[in-house]
Amino acid sequence: MAGENPASTTEYIQHHLTNLVYGNHPENGWSFAHGAQEAAEMGFMAIHVDSMAWSIGLGVLFCWMFRTAAKRATTGVPTGMLNFVELIVEFIDGAVKDSFHGRNKMVAPLALTIFVWIFLMNLMDLLPVDLVPELLMLAGVNYQKIVPSTDPNITLGMALGVFILMLYYSIKIKGTGFISELTMHPFNHWGFIPINLFMETVGLLAKPFSLGLRLFGNMYAGEMIFILIATMFAAGAGAGLIGGGLHAQIFGEHTSALFWLVIFILVCSVCGLNLKGKISTGKTVLLCMVFMALGGGLTALGGGLMQWGWAVFHILVITLQAFIFMVLTVVYLSMAHEDH
Amino acid sequence: MNINLTLFGQMVTFAFFVWFCMKFVWPVIIEAMEERQKKIADGLDAADRALRDLELAQNKATDQMKEAKQEAAGIIDQANKRANQIVDEAKQQAVAEGDRLKAAAQADIEQEINRAKEELRASVAGLALAGAEKVLEASIDEKSNRALVDKLAAQL
Repeated sequence: MAGENPASTTEYIQHHLTNLVYGNHPENGWSFAHGAQEAAEMGFMAIHVDSMAWSIGLGVLFCWMFRTAAKRATTGVPTGMLNFVELIVEFIDGAVKDSFHGRNKMVAPLALTIFVWIFLMNLMDLLPVDLVPELLMLAGVNYQKIVPSTDPNITLGMALGVFILMLYYSIKIKGTGFISELTMHPFNHWGFIPINLFMETVGLLAKPFSLGLRLFGNMYAGEMIFILIATMFAAGAGAGLIGGGLHAQIFGEHTSALFWLVIFILVCSVCGLNLKGKISTGKTVLLCMVFMALGGGLTALGGGLMQWGWAVFHILVITLQAFIFMVLTVVYLSMAHEDH
Repeated sequence: MNINLTLFGQMVTFAFFVWFCMKFVWPVIIEAMEERQKKIADGLDAADRALRDLELAQNKATDQMKEAKQEAAGIIDQANKRANQIVDEAKQQAVAEGDRLKAAAQADIEQEINRAKEELRASVAGLALAGAEKVLEASIDEKSNRALVDKLAAQL
């Protein structure tokens, strides 16, 4: 399933958690890393190509989607895509107006970008964990993490961007008031300046870090659960016909992607027939389960159902995390704008 | 999970997308939405106003109808009065005309009577004489009795 013949579940999981890294290796120079070891040796002078590519790609998707809608925005009756975009814009506008009380033209677009972009990045989590890495492996790309928000560089990068804005507006709006806030705040006495400074600085720094790490932690854990459920497919390989299904019987430990494509097409055609009204819904569900059980055995069937269940739950998580990141950004910026 | 250049790559990308959204997406959509909101509010206002106008117009129309009805009633009254007047006048004229015609007829009749009387007077003398002649069976001297008979005739 993963990597170059993953002998164990551990390797499979590790492979899924390794980014595609391009960087300056002490021995090989600027090159793609072959494995986590080399990536670690590259140190800071490296870049996660997969995270960057997916995050930029999704950002471009966001820009394109909203720009197209903006071009079509008229004062007439909104239709289709414009309706959807306006729904989001109105939602963000309301959220920003609720929690941001300063005057700043930047905050609302910032919030919109954060919300939609992070939502799209989180949404990649709902793609089957093996789908894209497997396909890219066929194309010769060995490592691929398609969910940018499971990369701390990405989440902390955005949090740092927010942090810089916080500092900028704090200094711009409060001026010297910002310094007195840092030095004289909990204990208003010159003797306490070092203690105040220490406490306030920690408090200030905690904001971007909690912001970035919260998103990273949630998405990383969610991705991890998908991967762990996916290991059940591999576990089925050694479990015989009942446990492992046909794929274990025919292919042993090496399942061909083509085999799963056949199962996929069978399931799709059954669903299609159901939509056309040829077979009942109960029969459809039953047939799909039979195909899955035949193809992958009980472990695959159970795994599939669990993936599905977790994905449904995860829809809530990804939306919530995108929303939390956005709201906290707005709140932090609002605090930076409050002049005492 | 190493922290590396990706961090800054993401910061730069983030800044770019925020700039893009701020410049090309947010203001356009918000402006369109606000304008539409205003348009809808204006439309609703206009509808309210139109409703009020309609009510006013209806009231006005009712008033005018009432007025017109009153006027019509007045005109009918007047016409009736006038008609009666005309009938009365016609009656009076007819009576007068009748009187005039009666008077003329009476005058004619009187004239006729007078004429008949004259004729009778003229012929009565001859008739009387002829009668007398018959009675007396003798010829009377017409000349001597003429004056007598004329006197008689004048008395008729």
